[in-house]
Amino acid sequence: MKYIDEFRDGEVARTIADKIANEVESNRRYSFMEFCGGHTHAISRYGLTDLLPDSVRMVHGPGCPVCVLPIGRVDLAIRLALDQGVILCTYGDTLRVPASNQLSLMKAKAHDGDIRMVYSTADALQIARDNPGREVVFFGIGFETTTPPTAVAIQQAQAEQLANFSVLCCHVLTPAAISNILESPEVRQYGTVPLDGFIGPAHVSTVIGSRPYEFFAEEYRKPVVIAGFEPLDVMQAILMLVRQVNEGRAEVENEFSRAVSRDGNRKAQDRVAEVFELRREFEWRGLSVVPYSALRIRAKYASFDAERRFKLEYVSVPDNKACECGAILRGVKRPQDCKIFGTVCTPENPIGSCMVSSEGACAAHYTYGRFRDTQEAS
Amino acid sequence: MSGTVKRGYVRPLDMKHGRVDLTHGSGGRAMVQLIAELFARHLGNEYLGQGNDGAVLPAPTFDGVPGQLVMSTDCHVVTPLFFAGGDIGCLSVHGTINDVAVMGARPLYLAAGFILEEGFPLADLERIVISMANAAREAGVPVVTGDTKVVEQGKGDGVYITTTGVGVLPPGRAIGGAGAQPGDAILVSGSLGDHGVAIMSQRENLSFDAPIKSDTAALNGMIADMLATAADIHVMRDPTRGGLATTLNEIAGQSGVGMLLREKDIPIKPVVNAACEFLGLDPLYVANEGKLICICPAAAAPELLAAMRAHPLGRDAVQIGEVITDEHHFVQLLTAFGGKRIVDWLTGDQLPRIC
Repeated sequence: MKYIDEFRDGEVARTIADKIANEVESNRRYSFMEFCGGHTHAISRYGLTDLLPDSVRMVHGPGCPVCVLPIGRVDLAIRLALDQGVILCTYGDTLRVPASNQLSLMKAKAHDGDIRMVYSTADALQIARDNPGREVVFFGIGFETTTPPTAVAIQQAQAEQLANFSVLCCHVLTPAAISNILESPEVRQYGTVPLDGFIGPAHVSTVIGSRPYEFFAEEYRKPVVIAGFEPLDVMQAILMLVRQVNEGRAEVENEFSRAVSRDGNRKAQDRVAEVFELRREFEWRGLSVVPYSALRIRAKYASFDAERRFKLEYVSVPDNKACECGAILRGVKRPQDCKIFGTVCTPENPIGSCMVSSEGACAAHYTYGRFRDTQEAS
Repeated sequence: MSGTVKRGYVRPLDMKHGRVDLTHGSGGRAMVQLIAELFARHLGNEYLGQGNDGAVLPAPTFDGVPGQLVMSTDCHVVTPLFFAGGDIGCLSVHGTINDVAVMGARPLYLAAGFILEEGFPLADLERIVISMANAAREAGVPVVTGDTKVVEQGKGDGVYITTTGVGVLPPGRAIGGAGAQPGDAILVSGSLGDHGVAIMSQRENLSFDAPIKSDTAALNGMIADMLATAADIHVMRDPTRGGLATTLNEIAGQSGVGMLLREKDIPIKPVVNAACEFLGLDPLYVANEGKLICICPAAAAPELLAAMRAHPLGRDAVQIGEVITDEHHFVQLLTAFGGKRIVDWLTGDQLPRIC
């Protein structure tokens, strides 16, 4: 596959791995957070840990769209489908996220909820056009990558006067989550989560650009390297981070220059700003309530806002007590540190959201890496 | 006064414009007519022609020696019913023949059950039945008995087909999922994921064109050639639903072993890889309908690979890994990138990722 295989070349990977091994300083440990689930997935799927020296540790971050979705938000979507009889359109990943009353969207579908998996907001609009007598709600989740398509769908619905279409907006913001982690007591006070730098998001950065990360590099003295989701991108980013740490630099560097510019996609940003505004606060799974960390639909487009349209009241629901997703999303714990990992909580019966999406740290470790735990134990 | 009673004239079925209706499942004349003009006409053979509630078949022997019976059944539901490279008709024949053949048995007979939805076009039904008849003829395995039911509109998906196959196994041959041993070679007969991608590319909500055809095929011919070499075979399976990954996990569990695969040796067509990349799916979990996994002692691998490659369905046969000792029964993959990972069981359906 052209433009893909080049970034999965094992030979090149070994060359970069050798450089990393040569350049790490023997008296130092390096701890880098890959913010995005896409990177977590690549690291696990390609077995990158095997190519890194022991002194380089990758900490999984919260950048997995379905992982940070709190139970209360999934509950809202389920209630819309079951109680209001709407056609609920959702991205496939979200179907298995556990919600209250042992339900998930997948299970609600089996309880006669009309829940349909879509590949894009355009599919959801088409469903609305095809079912003029039914309310059609799109469950809009995700970071800055999925926000512009939702904005476009709302504007399109307005232009077509699609009166039966609305969006349950749960879009969240990457920089707010990074701030939250950097401000967390584990990172700032106790040092339980040593963080020497970040691998910055790939797809998110194509939209927002590299500029928003400059604050973190300056204010918190943490190097950031924006990287693509291919395994060679990740290896190269790790090498660049090691060099920054060795040289005492804290800068924003862009490994993903084939897709990311400093200013990002201005057109997409304008669309988002036109349709959405900041929420004063939003609950995240794992990070709890984070101020100004999510978007809601502007009053101008109120009729397309499912929360207003169906007068939805958000009710916060605590996670299962045994579930460590919160600590795992903040990098405080590793999946294998959770008592229920791989026993009660598996991809077949996920208790926490990190076990749901293949981008989730627990699912990635369970699906691709858990053979290492048996080596650790023996 | 013979000759004054008029013989009833039965207007032939309108295969061009007609549709299945509830009378076709009621057990009356309409049903008899559907069987005669459609099913018997295309699928007919001496056993089906007996026209009784059951087919009387000769006692099975394997080259003159009485053998053991092998029986398998498979329900077929597929959307769309017609896809590049096949349709539900030939699929239902191939699937069951393959399930019998991978046991090391020679498939002999098929039974077919149809659940038809009211309103289904007879023209489509005829296409499906002709496709079944061709597939059965090519594989040399006749459909000897069958049944038809009709459900109301909205309660079916056009057509569901269940086929049951019977085969004969020679005395002393034991091929099954529990037979893999550490040191064995893992062979596959060709490229993986073709069927699943061909189907997915034609689903209505996924409009993309992939120049790829389903690999649906009956494997009994190739398997007979492999068995004829007398090389030792421990396990054979056709990796259908859940793909290579799921099938190997099943075998690893049944045999109490682990497996180590080499990603660079696993044959996947670039177009399948590209489609999976695009959809966020893993080709190792995508269904196949005409591929074989064979696990055999390492010493037998060259001879079996040669037999597979000599058959049109096994031209691209290749060894993809080995069976290893592992108390956790993990299927591991040495990635082309140089790292190692698990190839785990599939969890539910593969769902596309968001990011």
